[in-house]
Amino acid sequence: MAEQSKPHVDEYTGVDTTGHVWDGIRELNKPLPRWWLWIFYATIVWSIGYWVVYPSWPLITGHLNGVLGWNSRTAVLEDLKGLQDLRAPMVNRLADAEIAGVADDAELLDFTMAFGRAAFGDNCAPCHGAGGGGAVGYPNLIDDDWIWGGQIDEIRHTIAYGVGNDHPDSRLGIMQAFGRDEILDGEQIADVASYVRTLSGLEPAPDTDVEAGAVVFAENCVDCHGEEGLGDHELGAPNLADAIWLFGSDHATITETIQNGRQGNMPAWEERLGATTVTALAVYVHSLGGGE
Amino acid sequence: MTTAEPTKLAEDFEEPFYKPHEKVYPQKVSGTYRRIKWIVLFVTLGIYYLTPFIRWDRGPEAPGQAVLLDLPNRRFYFFWIEIWPQEIYYVAGLLILAAMILFLMNAVAGRVWCGYLCPQTVWTDLFLAIERFTEGDRRERIRNDDGPMTPELLARKGVKHVLWLMIAWWTGGAWVLYFADAPTLVVDLATFQAPIAAYVWIGILTFTTYSLAGHMREQVCVYMCPWPRIQAALTDEDAMNVTYRYDRGEPRMSAKKSVAAHKKGLPAGDCVDCHQCVAVCPTGIDIREGPDLGCIQCGLCIDACDTIMEKLGRPKRLIAYDTDLNIRRRMEGTPEKMRIFRPRTLLYMALIAGIGLLMLYGLATRSLLDVNTIHDRNPAFVVLSDGSIRNGYTVRILNKRNETRRFEIAVDGLPASTLEVFNAEMIDGRQVVEVGADQTRAFRATVSVDSLDGEGSHAIAFVIRDVEADTIATANEMFRGPGSNE
Repeated sequence: MAEQSKPHVDEYTGVDTTGHVWDGIRELNKPLPRWWLWIFYATIVWSIGYWVVYPSWPLITGHLNGVLGWNSRTAVLEDLKGLQDLRAPMVNRLADAEIAGVADDAELLDFTMAFGRAAFGDNCAPCHGAGGGGAVGYPNLIDDDWIWGGQIDEIRHTIAYGVGNDHPDSRLGIMQAFGRDEILDGEQIADVASYVRTLSGLEPAPDTDVEAGAVVFAENCVDCHGEEGLGDHELGAPNLADAIWLFGSDHATITETIQNGRQGNMPAWEERLGATTVTALAVYVHSLGGGE
Repeated sequence: MTTAEPTKLAEDFEEPFYKPHEKVYPQKVSGTYRRIKWIVLFVTLGIYYLTPFIRWDRGPEAPGQAVLLDLPNRRFYFFWIEIWPQEIYYVAGLLILAAMILFLMNAVAGRVWCGYLCPQTVWTDLFLAIERFTEGDRRERIRNDDGPMTPELLARKGVKHVLWLMIAWWTGGAWVLYFADAPTLVVDLATFQAPIAAYVWIGILTFTTYSLAGHMREQVCVYMCPWPRIQAALTDEDAMNVTYRYDRGEPRMSAKKSVAAHKKGLPAGDCVDCHQCVAVCPTGIDIREGPDLGCIQCGLCIDACDTIMEKLGRPKRLIAYDTDLNIRRRMEGTPEKMRIFRPRTLLYMALIAGIGLLMLYGLATRSLLDVNTIHDRNPAFVVLSDGSIRNGYTVRILNKRNETRRFEIAVDGLPASTLEVFNAEMIDGRQVVEVGADQTRAFRATVSVDSLDGEGSHAIAFVIRDVEADTIATANEMFRGPGSNE
């Protein structure tokens, strides 16, 4: 507890005390310079200036706005606007450029890559991974296998209009549910799954008939996946003869795929992000390692 | 410190909580330490004001200023040294070196920094000299300030403030010249073409110099600066300090009285209590009261006391660089000891030498070509449609030379691997890239193999070779495949 005692001279140091006592501890009076006190008062006056100029006291509804009308949200928006203005010359150059020609202009390419990387992180990474590595059911964008084609304008089309959505230009690729819709029975599905595994050099499952599977394949699958299972970019039919699998290469997963079918979905990004951002994304994705 | 009578009440001595500013009127003095201070003042201010104008030829692509902090381009030039942001640890090394030197100076001879080298001391000294020039010496200034304000005094004070402001303005002006080409900026400043930031900085430094050196003076040392507190904690009994030798000086009495005392066989000290040491003190303390936080140890009281002792025909150095321990030794009749080399100072010297050599080594072996690589993390590797494995990297080449250079990028350590560098030029099957003068440039590269021997990570290295010269830079990396620890 703080209490007051009569100020007196400290016996040990010979210095005056302030007269404040805390639990028997007294404070020596080491006087500060008066200018220090004036600066302290000046900071108080300064703070009143802050109340007047900047948003400060809360009221029942809202708060004091300050005569400058400044607020942090507007400041951020102004900063963003400034940033956009700063980028505008390059953004305009990208908007006017032919997408195939971007790579020939080193300065534009540097800008487009940075632009695309940022847009990818904001919009694409949740499904395709921060580095474009994909996940089960979400295509890997850095390998050399493309469901809808790996040419830069094909990539741009896929990003711009998406897959399996309401946009009139959307890509649409549906793998039928051969089992659920009773087109094939369980044995046929097991056989064709084994046959599909052999297309890329994998071992067929035991107790399945690969030759019977080949027949099933020829009758049901070749329309989309082709006679050798090489797929078709036009239809979004994956290549079944390579080492890359969107959902998995084990027998059970392939069986499930044939049983229940598959359908990819991706939003149409151009209406959300605008054409220039989509172009930058296409250039960026094309450069990730698999572009054709 | 004397112990006060416990019965004495505060009314007798009570001090206010905030004390009014007592202006210090340091008196003119001459002598050894004053001379040292003048020399240090001219040298340090000379370095500060003139350095930006020293030219240094670095070729057409680089700035021709010897000392330049090029903030927009993130380069620091110091004569033949050019430092990139990646090498900012040199600055950290310099700061550590400076701290160690400060500790060593303190352990050997007290507050050498405060008394002679600190900008606050140097500029205050200069401002005091101007005050003395315009308003006269101590007695005249005290008399004038006590008396009424006459037009003449007003004029003299006016001249003083104008001179102070001119120096302060020049101080700010010199500051901004370290950040841009000095001769160009001087012209720009004069023709109001310079960036607004330059004027703002000149304004700030004009204000701080004028107020700190002109008005705050010793208040900065006593109340604002942390160093006196740190210094007090770092000092020890062997450190030399500006000391009043009370063994010789006490009991103090006038010259006449001391003759009488000698006749009676009574002790008489050499201090005649003339107060010259107090009159010349820039912080207004009395050195005879013992070690003081306010004492910046400039040695001016030594000069003042020596002058008096000389007139009286007594030995000089009643106030001198000494230790309290030696004073007690002399009083006890034991021999004095001067221990400059003691474990503490030797440690500081070793650290200074060690850090200095390390930095010199770093500078001498500084490479003008460097490469950093970043391995793609997500995913660490990718399997291609033919089953081969590919890793992606960002290869950043730092060309620290003032000319555009071409480099071959190659990968080492993985047999039968294929390297592809995006946007590289293929020359005879080699991947060649170009990096502009004094620039960094990042390239995307992939390394692929058909199959890997064994699982896990494989150590590889990116080798960057200057196509014209045979300079090489290497970055160690990993190649990851299935089963490797991501």
